[in-house]
Amino acid sequence: MLRRLAQSRASGGVRLLAVTLGVFVLMTILNGDRFLSGRNLASMCFQFPELGLFALAIMLALITGGIDLSIISIANLAGLSAGLVLAQSTASGLHVILAIFLALGVSIACGLLNGWLIGYAGLTPILATLGTMQLLMGLAFALTKGHAVAGYPEAFQTLGNGTLAHVPVPLLVFLLGAIVLQVLLSRTALGIRLSLLGTNPTAAVFAGLHVRRLQLATYALSGLLAGIAGLIVIARTNSAKADYGTSYLLQAVLVAMLAGVDPRGGFGTVWGILLAVLSLQFLSSGLNLLRFHEAVGPYINNFTKEFTWGALLLLVMVLHCAKNQHPR
Amino acid sequence: MRALLHRHEFYLAALTLALSAGIALANPAFCSVANLFDLCQGSTVMGLFALGVLIVLVSGGIDVSFAAIGAFSMYVTSKVLLGLDFQGSAAVALVLGGAIGTLLGLFNAFFIGFLRLPTLIVTLGSASLFRGFLLAFIGTAIVNTLPAGMVRFSKLTLWEMRLADGTIAGLPASFLLLVVAALLVGCVLQGTMLGRGIYALGGNPVAAARAGFNLRGRQLFIYGGTGLLSGLAGVVHACMMRNANPFDLVGMELNVLAAVVLGGAGITGGRGTVLGTLLGVGLIVTINNSLILLDVPSYWQKVVVGAVILVSTGITARTGWARARGAGLC
Repeated sequence: MLRRLAQSRASGGVRLLAVTLGVFVLMTILNGDRFLSGRNLASMCFQFPELGLFALAIMLALITGGIDLSIISIANLAGLSAGLVLAQSTASGLHVILAIFLALGVSIACGLLNGWLIGYAGLTPILATLGTMQLLMGLAFALTKGHAVAGYPEAFQTLGNGTLAHVPVPLLVFLLGAIVLQVLLSRTALGIRLSLLGTNPTAAVFAGLHVRRLQLATYALSGLLAGIAGLIVIARTNSAKADYGTSYLLQAVLVAMLAGVDPRGGFGTVWGILLAVLSLQFLSSGLNLLRFHEAVGPYINNFTKEFTWGALLLLVMVLHCAKNQHPR
Repeated sequence: MRALLHRHEFYLAALTLALSAGIALANPAFCSVANLFDLCQGSTVMGLFALGVLIVLVSGGIDVSFAAIGAFSMYVTSKVLLGLDFQGSAAVALVLGGAIGTLLGLFNAFFIGFLRLPTLIVTLGSASLFRGFLLAFIGTAIVNTLPAGMVRFSKLTLWEMRLADGTIAGLPASFLLLVVAALLVGCVLQGTMLGRGIYALGGNPVAAARAGFNLRGRQLFIYGGTGLLSGLAGVVHACMMRNANPFDLVGMELNVLAAVVLGGAGITGGRGTVLGTLLGVGLIVTINNSLILLDVPSYWQKVVVGAVILVSTGITARTGWARARGAGLC
């Protein structure tokens, strides 16, 4: 049975690759040269790393059988705390380093709070992270009274807009995060324990795993990934806001489901996330470009996209369900 | 176990009273009849949503699409009745809104009951689907003149009172709708096999299936019923606001959820009562109302609501553990 499961999951990877290429080809046909233009390709490379990091964070929690709905709030709070340091007119190189460490520290602390609530206080992941989502967003609002914090040193903006040897810096950060997570999940004992915890929590307890400590680590790490995404967001937009990018949550869940992450826990791969986030970015950019199309252009707006993401999420779930029927 | 539940609601009521007394001392305006009626009015829409969420939480699921369903039903109902130039009673608007809500709820039930997909992810997706469809294909413009029946309904009061300054404060008729809905949901949950089956499903789905409960039928009822209540809430909201704004309602999900978990329902299922939920709604509305009366900036409401969710779920989890330990289960 395990072999069949492995086979179905390997073929899932091939299917996903086909979907990604299919979306790419479709968008090229629909949009012509506009989609393949250097400008569009470059802008896609700057856009998808943040969503990719959010999706990695969601995947990590899903693998352990939980979910982290607070990632966007964590990213914004971390981004804001860095922004408050950076926006001082006297901000120097030291300030940039301080701000980055502050943001990472804040995001890990928020993640530890989630992990404590779930592991030690006994809250279910959904309610715990819904609560912290609201709490942290409220704190971010209170910190700034709802205003945006903008204007950072050039050196910091490189993190969002710069390139290193023609490769966008945010892409490099995402790839680094993806590789580290891939190694962690597939080559370390911690990774195997996380997926055991997600596959069967009762068995994990009887196997002597420190479930509480694992949960603490999971949510701290997903908070950290969200914090890194928050840094990239504020560097790219040169501003920080308490309620930036709330639609990313649905998209991150969609990427995770498209990537074949099991919503009931136990399985998820970094490769899947990589392909899924690419296909979603192709789709999103392609839809944006369709606004210039004469016939369908007037019907394409943010609400059409919201509708599309919702419909896609349900569709992907139905297809998964048809593929591997869970006995549960 | 019954005594414990009673205790929970007793403490909740005591907390509400203590908070009200404290606020009344700080700002006497809180105790005025007008403000009391305001609190009832403010509780109506949230209460209708909360009853729906209660049913879902008791069954061990979660629904984050109810606000989108409410907005959808509200806007489509107003548009359709205006398009027909309908002059009749608001009852038709309530029936139509309820019917649209029920259909959207059954849409959720299909994915949850028949395909057995996780409730959170299904309702996350459907919320975005409903809202996107509404705003992309139906309209984004606020309807400022509602159908005549809905306007008449909005002016209808159960009880009126002339205040010292000559103005009239009234308890809106829609409050009666909340009372009736609460009684109905309470009777179904406590007094029928259908309702007991929902508790059984939430407590342990496998055991419920072995005990012979038809779980698919239950899921259809749970999500259809939640849709119905959400549709009604949407229409009532439009009547109160005297307009139909398609951007309204979405965003209040967490306030409603906070009220329901405060009332003692847990997502782990099998727990929760109508009385607790109504007290939870009362407390959340009182807190938000008093924060306004005390001139606290609105973003602190988010912090408070987030904290309420965490603390009350934490307490419910603790008592759940203690009970399980008492019964020798862990």
